[in-house]
Amino acid sequence: MAPPLLSIRDLHLTMTSFEGEAHVLNGIDLTVRRGEIWGLVGESGCGKSLTGLSISRLVPAPPAAYKRGEIAFEGRDLLRLPMREVQALRGKRIGMIFQDPTTNLNPAYRIGEQLVDVALAAAKHDPSILDCEAGAGRRTRRRAAHRLAAEMLDRVGIPNAEERLDNYPHEFSGGMRQRVLIAMALIGRPDLLIADEPTTALDVSVQAQILKLLKGTVSDHDIGVILITHNLGVVAETCTHVAVMYAGNIVERGPVAEVINRPAHPYTRALMAAIPTRASQRGSLNGLGGAVPNLVTPPPGCRFAPRCARAIAACSAQQPPALPVAGEHHAACIRLAESEELEHV
Amino acid sequence: MLYFILRRCVMLIPVLIGLTLVMFAIARLLPGDPVGLAAGPNATQEEIAALAREFGLDKPIWVQYANYVGGLLQGDLGTSLLTRRPVAADIAAFLPATLELVIAAMTIAVVVGIPLGLVTAVWRNRWPDYVSQVLAIGAISMPRFFLGLLLQLCFAMWLMWLPLGGRLPIIVFPPPTVTGFLTIDTLIAGDLEAFWTALRHLAMPAIAMSLSPLATIMRMMRASTIEVMNQDYVMTARALGLPRGKIILKYVARNAVSATLTVIGLYFGWLLGGTVLVETVFDWPGLGLYATKAIISQDMMPVIGVALVIGLLFVVANLIIDLAYGVINPKVRYS
Repeated sequence: MAPPLLSIRDLHLTMTSFEGEAHVLNGIDLTVRRGEIWGLVGESGCGKSLTGLSISRLVPAPPAAYKRGEIAFEGRDLLRLPMREVQALRGKRIGMIFQDPTTNLNPAYRIGEQLVDVALAAAKHDPSILDCEAGAGRRTRRRAAHRLAAEMLDRVGIPNAEERLDNYPHEFSGGMRQRVLIAMALIGRPDLLIADEPTTALDVSVQAQILKLLKGTVSDHDIGVILITHNLGVVAETCTHVAVMYAGNIVERGPVAEVINRPAHPYTRALMAAIPTRASQRGSLNGLGGAVPNLVTPPPGCRFAPRCARAIAACSAQQPPALPVAGEHHAACIRLAESEELEHV
Repeated sequence: MLYFILRRCVMLIPVLIGLTLVMFAIARLLPGDPVGLAAGPNATQEEIAALAREFGLDKPIWVQYANYVGGLLQGDLGTSLLTRRPVAADIAAFLPATLELVIAAMTIAVVVGIPLGLVTAVWRNRWPDYVSQVLAIGAISMPRFFLGLLLQLCFAMWLMWLPLGGRLPIIVFPPPTVTGFLTIDTLIAGDLEAFWTALRHLAMPAIAMSLSPLATIMRMMRASTIEVMNQDYVMTARALGLPRGKIILKYVARNAVSATLTVIGLYFGWLLGGTVLVETVFDWPGLGLYATKAIISQDMMPVIGVALVIGLLFVVANLIIDLAYGVINPKVRYS
């Protein structure tokens, strides 16, 4: 069997801060195959964005340091690859979309120019994406890139794509800008797309369009996607799989229907319970007590234990391994076996 | 765009009125006896009174002001008490030399300062950064006339590469005046040898004047480059695999320059008003020398005239900077 598109194993990342060394990623395991959309959910600061950025090696080091583990992209460990080769993957094999479409496009250049630049950079490694002969002149390549840019804009649903190439970012609405950014991320034909909160800054109605677009892209191009979000609704709507993160750990992962319908980890349950439903009464929001632990001096063992209603002494003894719940569904909790009964208490 | 320029020109009018009012008031209210000075030490009371009458200085100040503004509208900046030459003609003779000097200095400052700022930002906290930071502080804190003297000592006296001062030696025929800029006029005349001579004369004073704006522009450019490099769109460009050189030279530089533009405009005006010392050291026949002589002899018409012209140029320079904003940053356009 071919190696999976992306396989992160036991990834440990520390950040040096004024307070000391923070253990921000504490043994991440994640495997993404083509056709899968992985939702990476968790509170702010749980390390979901850092996981995404690590894949493109965009976390500045120092202050960051990778202590253990590997990020294998088609079998090649990105952490041990020379930076030049990692750079050759960016935009071509691994595409990225960030949260805020208003700040992620360069305000000084027409979007056509920005798309063309990405396409030309990608074509340096894979001339076939421009669809013109090898060794074609600068001008020819530029024209081909321009054509490709228009095609991409059209594909992400921007009307009058050809003319819109001449517009500056500020002449687009937020949703349109995010479409432009998606076009930019896809123009190099990546196999893995990392979308970091791509809809958080958008209106709800636009959110749905963008998510649909992402979903369509996966089925059209057979790529793998990591969708970083804190919105479980987005995950349920869009993803095939989900990984729930807490304080630098993936506490639960599996097919989305499995995890959402039968959450096994106490943290996932608390997250689910915190979502207000139509039936919930006014003023009865179910927050989760306590606060995210300090990552410089994390609690021993399970990092969620101090906030967990079901914690026992053994929880603080050692970090719980990912235990199978059912099939691909795993949860990192030693009290899984008992949890079924506790459900009815 | 045209509307924008027109509107700015209309806004110039109150600025100029205010400028003339203030300058006029200061000139007239200053203690001293300019007429007596101009008439000479042996002049009698009658002669002084006659001179005052001739220049209209015996009339009430508001009448004098009205007369002045009346003349101004016809391009008459008054007459020098001392030389009895029209101020407008004098300024026309001295302004090009100063402008040439200031423009040359600003060109050096921009052409060197902006790339240096970019480089020090990219290599920040490494040795090129430290070296240029130390040099920049030195350049900002050193008085320009002292720097001028140092340059003269080094390049004119010891190395003998450059002439000590002046614009052109007497033995060189000046080119026919077209722009008043000797470097350009010699080129227009096709006299390469004279051009080279003019350029060599321009070099030292221009460098002496350029260093402090250069250092400031460099510091500004460094700061804004660092800021721009932390912007989201730079992260996106990196994440999408754009080559590092292209990101810095294209995506970062353009955005960083627009923040530096303001300083360039301000410095241009500042240099215009502050050429005196450098002009003195390098014997450069410019506006600064002219104004200083007038101030010393309390000859107020040239002083007001020079202040007006410099004020006008300052406003024009900032208008150009504002237009440049629009070119560099499309968001500013048409607003």
